[in-house]
Amino acid sequence: MEILVCAKRVPDTSENEISLDSAGTDIERDDLVYSVNEPDNYAVEEALQIVARTGGTVTVATVGGEDDEEILRREMAMGAQQAVLISDEAFAGSDGRGIAAILSAFVRRGKYDLILTGVQADDGAAQVGGMLAAMLDYPFASLVNAIEVLDGGKLKASREIQGGNKEISEIDLPCVLSIQTGINEPRYVGMRGIKQVAARPIPTPDAAELGVDPATVGEAAAKVKRVDYFVPAAGKGAEMLEGDREEIIGTLIELVRAKGGLN
Amino acid sequence: MARLFAYIVHQEGVADDSAAELVSAAARIDAGQPPVAVVTGWGAELDAVCDSLRDVYKEVWKVAHAALAYPNAELVRQALVRVLPHDCILLVPHAHFGVDLSPGLSIKLDSAYVPDVVDIEGVAGASLKLVRQEFGGQVSAHVRCDISAGAVLNIRPGAYPPAAGAPAGGQVIDKSAGIGELTSRRRYIETIAAETGDVDITRQAVLVSIGRGIGEKDNVAIAEELAEAMGAAVSCSRPVVDAKWLEKSRQVGSSGQTVKPKVYLACGISGSFQHLAGLKGNPYIVAINKNPNAPIFRVADVGIVDDILELLPELTARIREEKSK
Repeated sequence: MEILVCAKRVPDTSENEISLDSAGTDIERDDLVYSVNEPDNYAVEEALQIVARTGGTVTVATVGGEDDEEILRREMAMGAQQAVLISDEAFAGSDGRGIAAILSAFVRRGKYDLILTGVQADDGAAQVGGMLAAMLDYPFASLVNAIEVLDGGKLKASREIQGGNKEISEIDLPCVLSIQTGINEPRYVGMRGIKQVAARPIPTPDAAELGVDPATVGEAAAKVKRVDYFVPAAGKGAEMLEGDREEIIGTLIELVRAKGGLN
Repeated sequence: MARLFAYIVHQEGVADDSAAELVSAAARIDAGQPPVAVVTGWGAELDAVCDSLRDVYKEVWKVAHAALAYPNAELVRQALVRVLPHDCILLVPHAHFGVDLSPGLSIKLDSAYVPDVVDIEGVAGASLKLVRQEFGGQVSAHVRCDISAGAVLNIRPGAYPPAAGAPAGGQVIDKSAGIGELTSRRRYIETIAAETGDVDITRQAVLVSIGRGIGEKDNVAIAEELAEAMGAAVSCSRPVVDAKWLEKSRQVGSSGQTVKPKVYLACGISGSFQHLAGLKGNPYIVAINKNPNAPIFRVADVGIVDDILELLPELTARIREEKSK
């Protein structure tokens, strides 16, 4: 099976506390540590496990610039055979629909049986996979937490729905699935693994090569634009306990006991 | 102004809570135009839902087809494309079904799409100003959406209160004739109920709940010891289950269990809306987190900025000490 995984480089929220910059309209970007969007690792791991059973190759693609190459190397170190950096100045400022349009042009040039994305990225939008499927006229399923490859060009896929229940469907290939975290245990990647793939070539197709009309993507074509970041008013907010730890623990025990929390 | 529609999620003949919330959300776009409910399904269950919606919607579009008896988003999308005016503004609840349906629907309708909207600030010409959250709720963002060719807006459940006021006395209009044949390359087979675990966290009065901040599997014992000292049970947020440190049956949230404790200790939990959706009954929430910007502090009653790996063992020791007195 030929599998494409779409990945994104994002600020690593396990390494960073996100806060506003001094102007108060953007996030503080100095000293941000970036990494691959965590759910995308689950998508790559799932692709690698499928290919280990059925044969085929895993390709990882991202839309971005030079800085984004590092996540492609990381996913190649996990085991992806190929990586592609889809890159053009005209792509900057694309909204979700623009990114999906760029990816759909890339997919049409190749031949993929299965396209995976992570369930969502830093912006919590969870949109590109479903848009890509609609543009390609492929079936789509979101929040997938188990995949079984069936005979006859089909998959059995489980979606995570409310209350931890699972919705089981059969889905024809080619299709697009968004992969929920927890579906597998993504393999560890060390510095050594990344060094081993450091010299592998990464193609960088641009708008002309993919046949993307620059007027249909990028900031000018975006129907949805972020204006600014802000921190909402705290609302009621928590009563913050401050002081030394011993004092805090004493206060906390009294508060919790009063609410019936010690039995 | 384009026409406003609200997609109604329902199950076993009962409309989801979001049905009444979307009326309030729609009023923020155009207070002078009551939204139209659009309901897909089949048979007596569909009729029951449509009938119940007459109290909150002036107009209810019923879209009946045997293939829509189970809400397979692929089929629902096809039906909606044939029934809805393509330049409409459609509101959809942002839960597992909306995430499945809406991105592709916006493409098929050639509309703008904004996911997980938490607030609607207003309209200026063809531009709608909305609020979203990013980075797991650590910061919010204003977003402008061009609605000149219509829009699909996924609204976060609970972001708006249910519409209040006099019964709308709505009428049900059957729009089924326009659907035609529905086919999908994704076929629903069955729903498998969640596995139950050794401890039923939905029945616990006190929960010590751990998140990513617990760091590694071996540290789960720190929470178990505190829970034992308090007479509580251990629950968790999604990352702990993803890492296989605790069973799925211990997960609080929209994709896990809905709990109603009296006291909830959120330890190293950032407080995503999916997690908070599983917390009902207005418990007394204690939040302990290293990150002072963690969204959990906005909903907690009491907050402590500290490392749970250091604070929890000390808390356990003090509780044991007091108990032994």
